[in-house]
Amino acid sequence: MSITKKIYFQLVDTWALTKRNLLRYVRLPQLIFFSAVQPIIFLTLFNFVFGGALGHSGAAIHGKYINYLLPGIMVQVTLFGGLQTGIGLATDLNSGIISRFKSLPMSRSAVLMGRTIADMLRNIIVIGIMLVYGYILGFRFYNGAGHAIAMVGIVLLFGFAFSWVAAYFGLLTKDPETAQLAGFIVIFPLTFASAAFVPVASMAGWLQHFANNQPITFATNASRYLAVGLPDNGAIWKVLLWTLGILIIFIPLSVRTYRKRI
Amino acid sequence: MSEVLAFEVNRAAKYFGDLKALDDVSLSSKQGTIFGLLGPNGAGKTTLVNMLTTLASPTKGSLKVLGVDVVEHPDTVRNLIGLAGQFAAVDEYLTGEENLYMIGRLYHLNHKETKKRVSELLEDLRLTDAARRQVKTYSGGMRRRLDLGASLVGRPRILFLDEPTTGLDPRTRLELWEIMRELVKNGTSILLTTQYLEEADELADHIAVIDRGKLIAEGTSSQLKARLGGDVVEFEITNELQKDVAVAAVSGVATKKVTYNEDNRVISVPVGSHGSTKLTEIVRALDKAKIVPNSLSLHQPTLDDVFLNLIGAKASDVATTAAKLGKRARR
Ligand SMILES: Nc1ncnc2c1ncn2[C@@H]1O[C@H](COP(=O)(O)OP(=O)(O)OP(=O)(O)O)[C@@H](O)[C@H]1O
Ligand SMILES: [Mg+2]
Repeated sequence: MSITKKIYFQLVDTWALTKRNLLRYVRLPQLIFFSAVQPIIFLTLFNFVFGGALGHSGAAIHGKYINYLLPGIMVQVTLFGGLQTGIGLATDLNSGIISRFKSLPMSRSAVLMGRTIADMLRNIIVIGIMLVYGYILGFRFYNGAGHAIAMVGIVLLFGFAFSWVAAYFGLLTKDPETAQLAGFIVIFPLTFASAAFVPVASMAGWLQHFANNQPITFATNASRYLAVGLPDNGAIWKVLLWTLGILIIFIPLSVRTYRKRI
Repeated sequence: MSEVLAFEVNRAAKYFGDLKALDDVSLSSKQGTIFGLLGPNGAGKTTLVNMLTTLASPTKGSLKVLGVDVVEHPDTVRNLIGLAGQFAAVDEYLTGEENLYMIGRLYHLNHKETKKRVSELLEDLRLTDAARRQVKTYSGGMRRRLDLGASLVGRPRILFLDEPTTGLDPRTRLELWEIMRELVKNGTSILLTTQYLEEADELADHIAVIDRGKLIAEGTSSQLKARLGGDVVEFEITNELQKDVAVAAVSGVATKKVTYNEDNRVISVPVGSHGSTKLTEIVRALDKAKIVPNSLSLHQPTLDDVFLNLIGAKASDVATTAAKLGKRARR
């Protein structure tokens, strides 16, 4: 097969599976609903519980905690969205449909690509809903439309990379519940021990060191900078590097695990 | 071209750690025929299907599909085969049409070809009316038909069907049998695994029985039955004193030694594989000898007899388990 044909078929296969997953989301609107409800709850709770205490400290940007909070929640929400990739793949493995895909003369990676891309597209909708609600709570972009788009782009890319991590664990455990639990266990501590909700400077000393150097802090700081112009534009290249690194490691790892699974 | 075998399994084995799911199995099947693979739960049927359809690689040995090695050229093999696995592999939330369309695109048919093929298949499988409904609203039989449809989208030259009729009502089963016969008439080769012996008997040109990973018997359905000594004609005599005359009269027809059961005065005459013609010969012989039997009947061993005979050990395990469960349930 010529290389152009190969690329063409890779695209056809990937799109066929992306479409399948998107159709599922349309038919199962509760999935989108719950993914959207979660950030709304987080935004509401954090904003009104911590907003008072943190609104006058380093966690207020342009006078409001919501400007600090929203970029952090956005990162967290895309991570939870990425988790769906692993859950979905584990579910598929148990249904026999993966066996059919593997008996077809299609690309081996398309099943995973179709899944991660569909989950990224779904994340766009969730982010949209979240931004509308954020605006109601008083959030504003302060750094121009270009930066605002770049912010959403970077957060989506980071979530896309995490999707591949989730894909790997979903394929490894073959069990939707385990995949979900494993994801929560990773995401919760990592987001709380990051700059997502509160400034790192307010944390215990030993934790600060960790929090300052982990990818979720980079992702949060990058998106915060792009949204409101503060505090740190050095995080952008760091999060892009992490994204790249995760993709370089977890795409081949996931594809290899997929090949071995029936 | 017709020389090429539909599939060829050469000393294949698949181990999962210590478990030998399949152990040193050799099989082959001609093109344009149905090959029936029989075996109890856990025998290794699905394992063999998985290896032939490139889903799993053998621990040892080699497998070829239409002359192509499955390990060396899996993509070539995937272009030749269709698979309907043990568990219906269709997406619940997609419509029947969307499911088939997706598979068509994954076979790299273009949009137009796919549309055409999909409506053809929906028509053939009597799913046109349900085509735009989500699969989760389908009955078990409809789902199976759609699953079979998905395996036919690429016009496979060889079809692998893993227990295609399990859990179907008799009418739907007959329908699937008809579809299979039709496919074979048009030159498709089929490997069919089943738990239903009558199904193998009815459809398969060649049957293999596996148990605990080992091939334990192989042949046509009549060959397998013949292994049990073939058909037997039995009749009851009214009087013990007629025994010697009766045995002498029918001995000429028997293919093996005639036996007499003192308890019920039944004489058993093994007659090989042409039971019904031998039956008339026996009636004539008895008539000549002036013996009027009380009852007369022809027994043809079913594949069930063959199966239970071959896996006799397993069957007694089952009996013990059932007895244990029964005891527990009663307590
Ligand atoms: N992935 C696996 N890991 C470990 N053991 C396996 C695996 N797949 C199959 N086995 C084992 O291999 C043996 C054969 O299984 P297989 O599924 O081929 O049986 P089968 O004949 O299809 O049975 P059934 O009629 O129940 O479908 C079983 O003991 C099964 O537990
Ligand atoms: Mg099986």
